[in-house]
Amino acid sequence: MNVTLFVTCLVDLFHVNVGKATVELLERLGCTIHFPEAQTCCGQPAYNSGYVKEAKEAMKHMIRTFEHAEYIVTPSGSCATMFKEYPHIFKGDGEWEERAKRVADKTYELTQFIVDVLQVEDVGARLKGKATYHTSCHMTRLLGVKDAPLALLQHVKDLEVVPLPNAHNCCGFGGTFSVKMGPISEQMVDEKIQCIEQVEADYLIGADCGCLMNIGGRIERKGKPIRVMHIAEVLNSR
Amino acid sequence: MAMKINTGQFHERVEKGIHNTFMRGAVAGAQERLRTRRLEAAAELGNWEQWRALGEEIRQHTLENLDYYLMQLSENVKKRGGHVFFAQTAEEANEYICRVVESKQAKKIVKSKSMVTEEIHMNAALEKLGCEVIETDLGEYILQVDDHDPPSHIVAPALHKNKEQIRDVFKEKLAYTKTEKPEELALHARHMLRHEYMTADVGITGCNFAVAETGSITLVTNEGNADLVTALPKTQITVMGMERIVPTFEEMEVLVSLLTRSAVGQKLTSYITVLTGPRDEGEVDGPEEFHLVIVDNGRSDILGTEFQPVLQCIRCAACVNVCPIYRHIGGHSYGSIYSGPIGAVLSPLLGGYDDYKELPYASTLCAACTEACPVKIPLHELLLKHRQTIVEREGKAPISEKLAMKAFGLGAASSMLYKLGSKIAPTAVNPFTVNDRISKGPGPLKAWTDIREFPAPEKERFRDWFKQRGEE
Repeated sequence: MNVTLFVTCLVDLFHVNVGKATVELLERLGCTIHFPEAQTCCGQPAYNSGYVKEAKEAMKHMIRTFEHAEYIVTPSGSCATMFKEYPHIFKGDGEWEERAKRVADKTYELTQFIVDVLQVEDVGARLKGKATYHTSCHMTRLLGVKDAPLALLQHVKDLEVVPLPNAHNCCGFGGTFSVKMGPISEQMVDEKIQCIEQVEADYLIGADCGCLMNIGGRIERKGKPIRVMHIAEVLNSR
Repeated sequence: MAMKINTGQFHERVEKGIHNTFMRGAVAGAQERLRTRRLEAAAELGNWEQWRALGEEIRQHTLENLDYYLMQLSENVKKRGGHVFFAQTAEEANEYICRVVESKQAKKIVKSKSMVTEEIHMNAALEKLGCEVIETDLGEYILQVDDHDPPSHIVAPALHKNKEQIRDVFKEKLAYTKTEKPEELALHARHMLRHEYMTADVGITGCNFAVAETGSITLVTNEGNADLVTALPKTQITVMGMERIVPTFEEMEVLVSLLTRSAVGQKLTSYITVLTGPRDEGEVDGPEEFHLVIVDNGRSDILGTEFQPVLQCIRCAACVNVCPIYRHIGGHSYGSIYSGPIGAVLSPLLGGYDDYKELPYASTLCAACTEACPVKIPLHELLLKHRQTIVEREGKAPISEKLAMKAFGLGAASSMLYKLGSKIAPTAVNPFTVNDRISKGPGPLKAWTDIREFPAPEKERFRDWFKQRGEE
C-alpha cells in the first residue's frame, strides 16, 4: 500500500524520532512510504490565530503537494483534523474546494489508518511498564478518533494501560494559547500532570506532538519521573 | 456597556481568579457533577444526537423567521390583554419599565432570575427611582444581599461562594443566627422572601421561552419563586431577549427537555411555569396587568451575520460546565455577566471588542463547548471568527504577531523558504540551547519557557534522515 507521509512541522524539526518510528512501523505493516519534500505546515498556527489569508497560502501549498497521494497519513490528530477542515475553509472557492476535498478524503491519522484501513490492532509491539493515554481534543472531538489508539495500546505486550482521570479536559496547549494565555495554560497543564501522577503511570502516551510538547515540557521543568512518548514510538517498541 | 462586571484588565482579573483557591475548587467540583449528570440525562433519552439536531433545527428556523414570530407573539399577548414594548436599546427598555413602575407608584419590586435584566442593568435604573428591588432566586438573593456581588455563572450565579461565606453574609446583613447548613440558610432566605412577595407592588421576571402561537411565556425554575413573583403582585413585567421565542408548545417542550437536561441533568425542573396574559375573569391569581418587554440591545445586528448561530443559545450553561478555561479562571474573569464559551462569543458582539477583545483568545479551541451544546452552536468556530475579525477588520492584533504570521504565511507556502528556515533554526537558537533544551527562550519563546522546557530543533531534520535513508 502506498502511503504518503505528512510528517508535520513539529515532527520534522523537533521530534524526528516520532517520524522515524512512524516510517518503520508502517513499513513493517507492509506499506511503502513516500515523503514529498515540498511539504511544510498544515496552516493551523495562522488559521487558529485568525490569519486566514496567510493560512490559506500554506493550505494551497499543501493541497498541491498532497493531492495526488493514494493515502495521506500523519502522526498527529490535530494536523489530520486540519486537512479534514480544508474543504470547509475553502467553501465556495470552486476549484480549491474541490481539490481540498480530494486531500481531506484520503487523510488519516496514524492510528486510525492502522486500525481502519490496514485492519490491524496488534502491531507486535512490546513495552514494559504502566501507561496512561492522553486523548487530544482535536483528534477525539473533531476527527472523532477515540477507540483506535486504545485498541492498539491494548495489544502492546507487557504494557498496562490505565485510564487517565478527567481525560476530557484539555492539557492547555491550544497552539498560540500556550504563550498568549501562559498563566491559564500553566494551571491546565499542572492539573493534567496531577492526574497522570494520580494513576502512577511510568509513561504518558499521546498522538499529538503539540500536546506532548506542552505536557512533556512542563514535566521536565518540574523534574517529574514520567516519560512522555508519542504513540508511534510506543507501537514501534519491540 | 451594561453587561460589564468588574473593572481592571483581563489579565489582572485572570490572576485574581487563578489565585482564588476556594472558587476553583467549587467550580471544578460543580463541573464534574454537572457534566456527569448531563451525560446521564442525555443517555437516558437514548437518541440524544437526534434531539440535538431537532433543537438546532427549531432554533435556526425560529431565527430565520424571527420577525414573523415576534409579530405573532406580540399580537397574541395583546389579544390576551397584555402590553408589549419593543426596546431597541437597554436604555429604552429601562425607560419603559420605569414608566410602568412609576405609573403604579410602586415602591417594592420582586424579581425572579433573569440574565437580560442583568444585561441591561435594570435594577440600578429602578433603584434610582427609589424602588426597592428584591431578587428571589436564592443564588441571586445571596449575591444581592452581599452588596451586589456579580453573578459568575449563568445558571448558578453564586457558584463561587461556599456555605460558610453565605452564612457570614447572612449574619452580617440579615441578622441570621444559625449554622452554615444549606437547609437552615435556605429556610431563612425563604422566611425573608415570603414577606417580600406579599408586600410587593410589581413582579419582574425573565423568560426562558415565549410561545408565539399563544402569547405565553415559560419560566423554568427549581425554587418556585417565579410562581410567587407572577402570582402575587398586581403588576407583572416580563423582560425577554428578542431571540427567546418558539413557534408553538410543541417546540417549547423539546427545548425545555434539552435545557433542563443540559443545565442540571434533570428530566424536568421542579417548576415549569407557563403564563398567558393577565388574570382573566374568574381566575383566582395572577397579575391584573401584564407587560412584555422585548429587548434587542444589539441582537438584530448579529442576525444575518456569520455570528447568527450564537442566538440559538438557550442559556443552559452546558458549555460553561465543560470549559477547561472557565474551570481555572471562574466567571468573574470574563468581565461580563455572560461567562464561559458562550460569554466569550456573545460579550464582544453585545459589548464590543474594546472591552472584550481578549475573550476570543481565552480558549484552546478544544471544542468541548461545541460538543456539549444542546442546540449545536459551533462555539469554537465562532471564537475563531472573532479572531479573524479582530485581525482582518478591527486591525487590533499586535504588530509583532502580524509580522510573525506574515512570515509564517510566506514560509509555509514555499517549500524553499521552509527548508531554509528549518535548516538554520538550530543555529539561530544555539545560544539559548543547553543539553538540547531551551529553558530561557528569546522573543515569543519566552512565554513558553516561563513555564516549560522547549526542545531545541534537531540538527538532523526528519527530511534529512528520510532522504539519506533512501540514498543508502
